[in-house]
Amino acid sequence: MLARAQIPPSVRRGEVFEIRVLLQHPMETGYRFDVLGSAVPKNVIHTLTVEYAGQRIFKAEMSTGISANPYLSFYTRATESADLLLAWSDDKGQQGRLAVPVVLV
Amino acid sequence: MTQRRELMAGMIGAAVLPSVGAQTHELSAQGWIDQLTQGQPVRVGRVELTLPRLADNGLSVPLQVRVPSPMTAQDHVRQICLVSMRNPRPLMARYELGPHSGRAEVSTRVRLNGSQRVVGLVQMSDLTWWSASAEVEVTESACLDAS
Repeated sequence: MLARAQIPPSVRRGEVFEIRVLLQHPMETGYRFDVLGSAVPKNVIHTLTVEYAGQRIFKAEMSTGISANPYLSFYTRATESADLLLAWSDDKGQQGRLAVPVVLV
Repeated sequence: MTQRRELMAGMIGAAVLPSVGAQTHELSAQGWIDQLTQGQPVRVGRVELTLPRLADNGLSVPLQVRVPSPMTAQDHVRQICLVSMRNPRPLMARYELGPHSGRAEVSTRVRLNGSQRVVGLVQMSDLTWWSASAEVEVTESACLDAS
């Protein structure tokens, strides 16, 4: 699954920085019907977790109330040069992963 | 209209989601709030919920929750819940934060089924619950059948 995460190119130790995530996903509500009139099954990214420096720093549980191609912005404190590890999964069991390197100056 | 939608939501929910806690019908918004808070009192304040007063398109409404908190190990935000008072599934999202978050601020984009009140529920590290709500006028509802 396609995804994009944006963080500042470099951060100072102890600095609180923003992480912006955009995932590509239809976030099907289960209330929609296709052209043949059959219900499109619900399929949303239900969980996204973010790990950094061996710690889970953020977790999002989402439902059909989140727009298609979910956008998310949150913060964390820079402690070391390490990867931000994003992992998410949807109702169909599809999983996605993304690693974003945090660079300390 | 609302009745039909609820009936439809119930039917589809039952057909698609029989495994999720064997829950065959969706809780109401107040039911969700009660379940999340475990009956704890919810006080108004300490939370800033930012939504446009008027949203043209209910399919994507920008939303921001901010809690002025030092985010230390002793005093931080544990979780933020977004509840819609009119969506077929009222709990839109739940975010878990902690002292390593540095700042208690989350932004996203939500779907809204018509004009309504949106509630941001926040649990602090001392397990107290706080809330803020905002009224939104939605010109085009998210739950119209797209076919």
